[in-house]
Amino acid sequence: MMRSPWLVLALPAAWMLLFFVAPFGIILSIGFAEGAEGLPPYAPLLRFRPDGTPYLVLNLENFRLFIDDPFYLSAYLRSLWVAAVAATLCLAVGYPMALAIARAAPAARPLLLMLVVLPFWTSFLLRVTAWIGLLQDEGWVNAVLVGLGIVAAPLPLLYTDLAMYLGLTYCYLPFMVLPLYATLSRLDPALLEAAADLGARPWRAFLQVTLPLSMPGIVAGFLLVFIPVVGEFVIPELLGGPSAQLIGRVLWTEFFQNRDWPLAAALAVVLLLALVVPIGLFQAEAGKGTRT
Amino acid sequence: MMRLPLRLLLPLGAGFAFLYLPILLMVLFSFNDSRMVSEFTGLSLRWYARLWSNGPLTEALFLSLRIAAISASMATILGTLAGFALARFPRFRGRAAFAGVMAAPLVMPEVITGLSLLLLFVGLEATFGFPAGRGANTVALAHATFGAAYVAVVVQSRLADFDASLEEAAMDLGARPWKVFMLITLPLIAPGVAAGWLLAFTLSLDDLVVASFVSGPGGSTLPMVIFSAVRLGLTPELYALATLLLAAVAVALWLALRASRPTTPP
Repeated sequence: MMRSPWLVLALPAAWMLLFFVAPFGIILSIGFAEGAEGLPPYAPLLRFRPDGTPYLVLNLENFRLFIDDPFYLSAYLRSLWVAAVAATLCLAVGYPMALAIARAAPAARPLLLMLVVLPFWTSFLLRVTAWIGLLQDEGWVNAVLVGLGIVAAPLPLLYTDLAMYLGLTYCYLPFMVLPLYATLSRLDPALLEAAADLGARPWRAFLQVTLPLSMPGIVAGFLLVFIPVVGEFVIPELLGGPSAQLIGRVLWTEFFQNRDWPLAAALAVVLLLALVVPIGLFQAEAGKGTRT
Repeated sequence: MMRLPLRLLLPLGAGFAFLYLPILLMVLFSFNDSRMVSEFTGLSLRWYARLWSNGPLTEALFLSLRIAAISASMATILGTLAGFALARFPRFRGRAAFAGVMAAPLVMPEVITGLSLLLLFVGLEATFGFPAGRGANTVALAHATFGAAYVAVVVQSRLADFDASLEEAAMDLGARPWKVFMLITLPLIAPGVAAGWLLAFTLSLDDLVVASFVSGPGGSTLPMVIFSAVRLGLTPELYALATLLLAAVAVALWLALRASRPTTPP
């Protein structure tokens, strides 16, 4: 093989450095900027005195808000909580599915997997839209409930936490099923036969053999759902209630409605700091998978 | 032939019902004559006709298709190179950092990616005058960046299925590295490269958040137009659009499956 990887690496490495790594430096510096009129709506950090000597203006107000204004801190905590609940829901729905696919006849597996992934290939936004159609007051769920006489008047389902969690579970389910299937399908069936021979009932074999051995898949799936959901904007915005002020939504409002770029940048920096540990874990897991 | 026990069959069926019921209802009601989205009054194609005459929507669709094609192609070049490097060079200085940077966009919350890229584009324009203004070009650059991460994963896993012995044999016979890559490696990983392109294309076509941040006036992509329409309220027109997209995806997947069948042994 070639001796030096840099011939191949140079282009993607330079690209990612410019378009993925460098922007984090910029976002951090803008977090310290002062808001200003005009475009871009922030004042430069580095300014010059009339005699030409440069000086630096660092504005700490944006970061002080996290301490002074409980609104922002609670938005972060709520986002982390919602992401953890959504990842747990995906795990609860996705684990049995992944296990069933892994135990299905080998010929049927590709089709079953494709059925899991297929919705992912259609528009995310339109799939969320389908849930609005299901849950709104004059929607399909309420039409059935009222039609069967189960409830007298339509239930307020849309713009609730329930709607948000349904949407999150629905949209992120494939990200949970795929890594789970990857570990479960590699599991040696002889281990379960051995457990059965030794007298373990299926349920016990599952708890003591299958579940512990599928831990890498559980961790990968959990992170693959948890991390993006912490910053999720679309689903809380379209399905969640006005009280679901998650950090992605707050950042969006500060940027697009209040045009406060420095505050939005500071929010993004703190969000990134909150995710450093999970993202590091995810990269360690991903790195493990590629070294084999 | 293994039979699935009921305790596994049941949750699998329920899971698929959960995944497909909303989509099926959407398809059904796209052919509904009534404006009401929950009452089926009769078959009609009027929402498809309305969709076709919706100027801003079709305009946004063609812009999105163009951006997706360009960004997916850039992402495929970048991602194939990166995936190749990660699969074929197990040890080099900075490998962990490079692998980390390539994997990070897979999970990075979109609001962070979008805002940070916008600030980069604004800074670049102020310093170098490029990219001048924001619109389709900045969206394509942004999409190429996260698309590359996905292509890298797909290509790398495809390469992991082949050991390097074929490539080594060609090298031993005196072929230059570039020739080996073009004649041996690329044909071997072609299905992975094609799948990566398709994935990057779909992700670009689907992205709302990053595009909203980095786009400018006149650069409204399809998801941006859909998003503002959804905020105004549901119409069967949106269901018709979803149905058409679904049909397009189904046809594309069917073609991809047919094309890949001869290369995979039964």
